[in-house]
Amino acid sequence: MIKAILIFNNHGKPRMSKFYEHYTEDTEQQIIRETFHLVSKRDENVCNFLEGGLLIGGSENKLIYRHYATLYFVFCVDSSESELGILDLIQVFVETLDKCFENVCELDLIFHLDKVHNILAEMVMGGMVLETNMSEIITQVEAQGKMEKSETLTLLFIWQSMRQSQASRFSSKIS
Amino acid sequence: MSDVVEKTLTALPGLFESQTGAAKITNRLRQLIKSITELTSKHEEENLIKRELSAIKEQVSSPNTTMKQMREIMVRAMYCEMLGYDASFTYIHAIKLAQQGGVLEKRVGYLAVSLFLNEGHELLLLLVNTVLKDLQSTNLIEVCMALTVVAQVFPKDMIPAVLPLVEDKLSHPKEIIRRKAVLALYKFYLIAPNQVQHIHAKFCKALSDKDPGVMASSLHIYLQLIRESPDSYKDLTGSFVTILKQVLGGKLPVDFNYHSVPAPWLQIQLLRILSLLGKEDQSTSELMYEVLDESLRRAEMNHNITYAILYECVKAVYTIHPKAELLEKAARCIGNFVLSPKINLKYLGLKALTYVVQHDAKLALQHQMTIIECLDHSDFTIKRETLELLFRITNAQNVTVIVEKMLDFLCYVPIKTLTFAPDNSWFIQTMNDVFSIGGDLLQQDDPNNFLRLLAEGKPEEDDQLRLYAVESYLTVLKGHTSHLPQCFLQVMSWVLGEYAHLQESVDRREVIRLLTQLLDQRSVSSETRVWILSALTKIPEGQTDLILDLAESLSSSQDTVLRQQAQELRHLSQDSQLREWVLVENSCAVDSSLSFLDGFVSEALAAGAAPYKPPHQRQEELSLNLEPYSFSLPVSLSSCSITDRQSPTLLSVSSGLSGNSAELSTLILEGVKRVWGKDGYLPQKEATAPPVDEPSAAVQPASQQEAAERIEPRPEPSTQNQDKQQLASSLFVGLGVGSSVSLVRKLFYDGFTASLRGNVMDCLEARSTSVCHYALLMDDPHTNVSLTGTVSYQTQPGHTNTLPFSGTLSTADFIRPLVVTTEEYGKLWLSLSHDVKQNLKLLTDAGDPLRTTLNALKDALQLHVVDIIGSEGIVACRLLSGAPCLLHCRVNGAALAMWLRSPHPALPDFILYHCQRALAHH
Repeated sequence: MIKAILIFNNHGKPRMSKFYEHYTEDTEQQIIRETFHLVSKRDENVCNFLEGGLLIGGSENKLIYRHYATLYFVFCVDSSESELGILDLIQVFVETLDKCFENVCELDLIFHLDKVHNILAEMVMGGMVLETNMSEIITQVEAQGKMEKSETLTLLFIWQSMRQSQASRFSSKIS
Repeated sequence: MSDVVEKTLTALPGLFESQTGAAKITNRLRQLIKSITELTSKHEEENLIKRELSAIKEQVSSPNTTMKQMREIMVRAMYCEMLGYDASFTYIHAIKLAQQGGVLEKRVGYLAVSLFLNEGHELLLLLVNTVLKDLQSTNLIEVCMALTVVAQVFPKDMIPAVLPLVEDKLSHPKEIIRRKAVLALYKFYLIAPNQVQHIHAKFCKALSDKDPGVMASSLHIYLQLIRESPDSYKDLTGSFVTILKQVLGGKLPVDFNYHSVPAPWLQIQLLRILSLLGKEDQSTSELMYEVLDESLRRAEMNHNITYAILYECVKAVYTIHPKAELLEKAARCIGNFVLSPKINLKYLGLKALTYVVQHDAKLALQHQMTIIECLDHSDFTIKRETLELLFRITNAQNVTVIVEKMLDFLCYVPIKTLTFAPDNSWFIQTMNDVFSIGGDLLQQDDPNNFLRLLAEGKPEEDDQLRLYAVESYLTVLKGHTSHLPQCFLQVMSWVLGEYAHLQESVDRREVIRLLTQLLDQRSVSSETRVWILSALTKIPEGQTDLILDLAESLSSSQDTVLRQQAQELRHLSQDSQLREWVLVENSCAVDSSLSFLDGFVSEALAAGAAPYKPPHQRQEELSLNLEPYSFSLPVSLSSCSITDRQSPTLLSVSSGLSGNSAELSTLILEGVKRVWGKDGYLPQKEATAPPVDEPSAAVQPASQQEAAERIEPRPEPSTQNQDKQQLASSLFVGLGVGSSVSLVRKLFYDGFTASLRGNVMDCLEARSTSVCHYALLMDDPHTNVSLTGTVSYQTQPGHTNTLPFSGTLSTADFIRPLVVTTEEYGKLWLSLSHDVKQNLKLLTDAGDPLRTTLNALKDALQLHVVDIIGSEGIVACRLLSGAPCLLHCRVNGAALAMWLRSPHPALPDFILYHCQRALAHH
């Protein structure tokens, strides 16, 4: 099971945090700090796994992380998850963000915190991996996005679907 | 129609703006974020957020705030919460938003609720109705949102209310809904297993759902269920195997491919389920051999995710009932992992090794050099895993080196390792190090286990250990104590309290003084003070003045427990009768006899009860084992000294100078260069040689040392490498005992002259020559034995000449044919115990390969071919006046399957080696 998913930048500033187990507000902050402390001092050429900090359950749990430019993506999981599997799940997550935000950068996460959470919710539900297929995740997120737009204007909906069909044709060309 | 399009197009720019405007956050949020990113200090951030929170507070309580504004406020509040500031006043508004808002507001509301609240929060009760309503909504998005929030946070008591609705969703036409419903139910199962017991049949339906996604989510549930009780789900093995087969066969839609691997996460999940099902169950395991084999075979592509599958597969192979063929393949995979330059894979390789060494220690031997390198790896995680691996292979011979490594590293020494401790002082010293370095990071059990070790030993035997502990702790306490961890202080005070009386020379006043000193220290925690006071209570009477002073000073302590203990202490020290009654000086004596129960016991025994076993017998595995394992001590090696002066070879010395004075006075046999013990370092080039079963004993350290004194060091490639090899040899010593070890190592490194035995057969004297014959026997086979020595002779009285000589002998020189009949062979075969099997090269250049091969062996090694029947041949030989060895050869495809048996444990290996060589040279 996934216990927590944390995103923070190179200075340890949290950009997104999602806990699937209950911790108090204070503990959550300490976990973020501790995790940053553990992860940030690792070189680039070491492996992407390490034992969890004391607060999040010590050696029972593993931190699996990836470092992209200015951001660390850290998944804290228990022993029932496959390390390499999660490592690729992070990749899927980041690629999905990249697709949804078109060249995702740290600012996107800051400005669209809710959207990041919504994307994540389609991937991981209550600590269990729900979906690993990127296009399926995007479909679900966009289905909700459609609601967003249908609310503003129906015409916009038409426009959106036009754009979408174009986009899907485009993406089919790529693949 | 064209009108519509035109209108749409003209509206586009405006729409675009409004759309981006809607998607973007309003100015207020943007401002917040902007100012947050511009912050330079924690203090500024605090002020800013405080201002922000009060602004939010004002806005939420204003009646004019619209839902849309509320949405934005929630995102701002989420921000503040993420940064660690309390925004609890917004929680109720988050719930309101989820209750009353449109879909968009609802989404933010639910999101905020799942981020803000936990399962036990009382406000969640207000959400139940909303969730119920949304679960019944016709809008799919609302249903999805409700299911997500249910799986994230839902009060346990309210599960029955939503359960029927969620259950219904299992048969919803939309697969995404079915999927989320399955996960929500799984979550319910985790929180309240009793409440979902009745729907197990529906899980089964989910498993056979036509949508692979729904099936995949149901595996979460099954993994959990099977982990809890594997026996109840054995009948599903076939289904899981079929699913995995279909996945492997590419039957899933291409959408499920990830880097062209079909549904890798699904495969991982299935492999885990299979390994749980097949554990210790041969018939179930047999069902999955085929698919595991296929899985191993398919995972060839060089992508991360295939390695993830491979790793699970290897683990499964080693977990289920073993099958040799699969194990071999899995072992090769582990090799790929361990030797991989990619650090993540290396880590997993080590992890796999750690898992596997329990079943098969020789795998660790194969990779020993890599393991040594990993021990010095710059990556903490790799080091940690390596130590874990070393911990698993700890035995009596390598314990000191391994523990030293562990201490060096992070003071992670499981007490269990230390049951191999070679002697008392080392044990106590190491434990001191462990406690003082590791201190309070140690697991709670460690100090307890240690104390139990001390306490549970027999009084006579372990008094030595206790005495040593007391002495050592007194020394520690006399030094600087303020930095010592609490648990170490507790251990010390307990030991001093219990066992200080054992040491006659120790002044009790001194012990009391030291302990009291500890009490005064500020860094000592109140828990530790309690330990110290208990220890002081146990120290026998006679020091009333000191104790009374102490009790006096503590009676005003703020800590109630301490005050009470001090009071007790005072009473006890004043009333010796009471004291005797409460604290018996030698409590062990009372514990062990329990004479007042004699009557009861004899009654019980008469009634057929089992006789009592003292705890140390019942829990022998917990007591300190100071004896090395007996089976690893080959007595024969040391019994024959290499300094034996009468042991040179079959040798004739001739001296033409002066006849009668030629005399063989000293022959010094120098040991052959024996660099590492046979269970030690194995260079890379040898790793390619075929491994051979070698049921033989380890080298005794004492004889190694003795030999080493006479051995000239062989030049080594580099000192650093040498260090590593030395480390390897000390770490892996003893691992091969009783299991397979690569044969070749022995061939390179042994050559104990120690096992040669010779004596002068006769001495032929002539006028100017003297011929001495020595018969040389080989008691313990070694592939190559170098022989060096000197002959001293005198041509004139008082003038000694020395003549060095050297030569190499191999086992082959000592092999003689053993002439037996087929019947005798058969009887002998059955009586022999040590056997080795190996496939050899078959010489195929002539008409009858078996005969050709056996003849070649016969010529090279003086074997006796007893009989050849069809594709099988039996061959016999023996060591010169020593043990016989029987060989059974069978043509097996293009190879010769050879099965050797001998009463001597090591002999088959050497014969096999020489056979290999003979065939290779042919």
